[in-house]
This record gives sequence, structure tokens and C-alpha cells, in this order.
Amino acid sequence: MDTVAMHIANGIVNGPVSAVFAAFAAAALAFCVWRARADLDDRLAPMAGLVAAFIFAVQMLNFQVLPGVSGHLLGGTLAVILVGPWVGALCVSTVLIVQCLLFADGGLTAIGLNITNMALLGTAAGYLLVAALLRILPKTPAGLGVTAFAASVVSVVIASQGFVAEYWLGGTTQLSLPAIAGTMAGVHTLIGIGEGLIAATTVMTVARVRPDLVYALRRFRKVPVAEPVPVGGGAA
Amino acid sequence: MSRRLGWFLAGGLLVALLLAGVVSSFASGSPDGLDATARQGCTFDAEGRITGGTCMAQKEQDHQLDDSPLAGYGIRGLGDGALSTGLSGVLGVLVTFGIGAGLFRLARRRPDPKSSPRPADAPTEAEV
Repeated sequence: MDTVAMHIANGIVNGPVSAVFAAFAAAALAFCVWRARADLDDRLAPMAGLVAAFIFAVQMLNFQVLPGVSGHLLGGTLAVILVGPWVGALCVSTVLIVQCLLFADGGLTAIGLNITNMALLGTAAGYLLVAALLRILPKTPAGLGVTAFAASVVSVVIASQGFVAEYWLGGTTQLSLPAIAGTMAGVHTLIGIGEGLIAATTVMTVARVRPDLVYALRRFRKVPVAEPVPVGGGAA
Repeated sequence: MSRRLGWFLAGGLLVALLLAGVVSSFASGSPDGLDATARQGCTFDAEGRITGGTCMAQKEQDHQLDDSPLAGYGIRGLGDGALSTGLSGVLGVLVTFGIGAGLFRLARRRPDPKSSPRPADAPTEAEV
């Protein structure tokens, strides 16, 4: 079975560079915990557990993007929209740590690399795009869906380039970097489209059922969510 | 936690369990984008071992925990079939939810006992 390896394995990036990224990831996650505390209340805490479990489940669903090549959700953008950037990064990290320790997926030595790319880089890119897009797009389920799709595509490609940077710093083989960057960007654009469709479907569903549970709708705008929004108030 | 939130969480968890437990068996078996890129340039035998060429995966090492009972998204002893994948997925969802919800609960903001109960939707100082 080929799907057993979804994340960076041991030995692709050398030990010292892997160790530096492990230290960086640990420090960044500590910062995320500190910032997440302001967001985490009695409602967001169980919701964050659900988001982590959902991302774990959907990461198992590899979809075909090219002959012989599949892709799976990374989840950063989805997590940002539902639970915010800080808690979102922790959700994706939880998934990666469970996958590494319990399912032997993603090298133990490479855990810092994987967290940096998917939980930190992918989530940060997703957050910046979601925050920007929700300033111009309508705060409706459809607007949220478009936001989720676009931010997912970009976030996945940026996460893939995180790997390219790590390989550039400490790859154990000497292969053409531009070629790797190009291949990774190309295939991850396709994966990003798949991720975008999944993320858009998910956030639109939650936005229809429980809009009050969508972090991006509660926090990324100034107007209270419960009121039907009359245009022409203070919102620009 | 309100009863409505409880229902939402139960529904969401059920969807996750169905995806990981049932739909996972229909997932593509091809290597993912990263793995496919890492293998590009090498040739492989039927077991997946590198037989020649140059690729990023050349110096790849086995996972330290390859012998763990759930390694590779299956249950050891149950093989590679839908049952093995599905059960491991169900366990993964439950463990991830348990660890996530537990840790996030520990890290959450406690309601201040001195102040009056805050409306759930009141903005906090951490507005983005």
C-alpha cells in the first residue's frame, strides 16, 4: 500500500536542519498556545477538538490528481476559518503528531519540518488570505466558500514550497532545486484545488447550520453575526 | 456546553468517523504529491524498494515507529483491507478528538468567577 506515507519521511532532509526546524516548530507552537488562550472559550475548545478529528479523517482520503499521483487535504485554511489562526495551527499540529506517533506517518525526525510546512506556513498563508478576502467578499456562506477555496489553493502551494526550502537547506540528495520547486508547485496546485473544494463545502455547511461557530464570521468582521446586516452602516 | 453545541459536535464527529471508517477505503492508493515528487527519478521493485536512479527519497529511512500496532493506517494483524484501514481511521478520529478536545479544554480561558456571566458572543480584547 502506497498511501501509508503522506508526510516528509526520515532521511530526506538531514539531521541538523531537521533539528533546527523542530526547535523552531516547538517555539512557534508555544507562541500559538499563548495566543490561542484568548480565543479558547467553552465553545471553541470542543469545536477545536472536532476540527482536529475532522482534518485527521479527511487527510486519509487521498484523491487522484494525476495518473499515479494523489493528494490529500492539509487543512490549514479550513482550520483558520472555523477556529482561527492560533487554535487552527494547534489543530493541524495535533493531527500531525498523532499521525507520527500512532500511525508512523511523517518521520519522527522530520516532525518539525512537517509542522512548519503544514501547521505553521500553510495556516499562516491561509489566515492572511482569508482575512484579506473577507474584507471584500460578502460574509455569506457563498462568500465564505469562495474565500475557503482561493485561500486553500494558495496555502497548499506555499506549504509545498516550505518543503522545497527545507530540502534546499538540508536535502540528503543533490537534485535540481528549480525542477523540484516546479514539480511541487504544479502538483500542489492540483491538490490545492481538491483541498479548496473540500474546505469550501465544509465551511459552507457549518456556516449554514451554525454560523455562530465559524470563527471567521465572528471575528474577522465588526458587525455582530446574529443581525441581518443592513448595508450602509459603519462597515466600509 | 449547551445541548445544541453537543448535537453539532456529535454530528460532526459522526461525519468524521464515517469518512475515516468507511470512505477511506475508496481513497486513491497512489503516492501523494510530496511522495511522488520524492520518488521521481528512481525505479522501484514490487515491494517499493528503490532499485536504481536518483531521487529525493534515496536516503529515506524507515520510521522509528514502523512496528507500532497502527503503523501505516491499518491494524496490525488485519492486513491492508478496508476493515483494517477503516478501524484504524475510527481509532485515529477518536484519539485525535480526545487529545484535541482535552488539551484545548485545559488551555481555555476560564470564566472569571468574580464577573457576571459574559454573553457568549461578546467581543474579546483579541479581535482580529
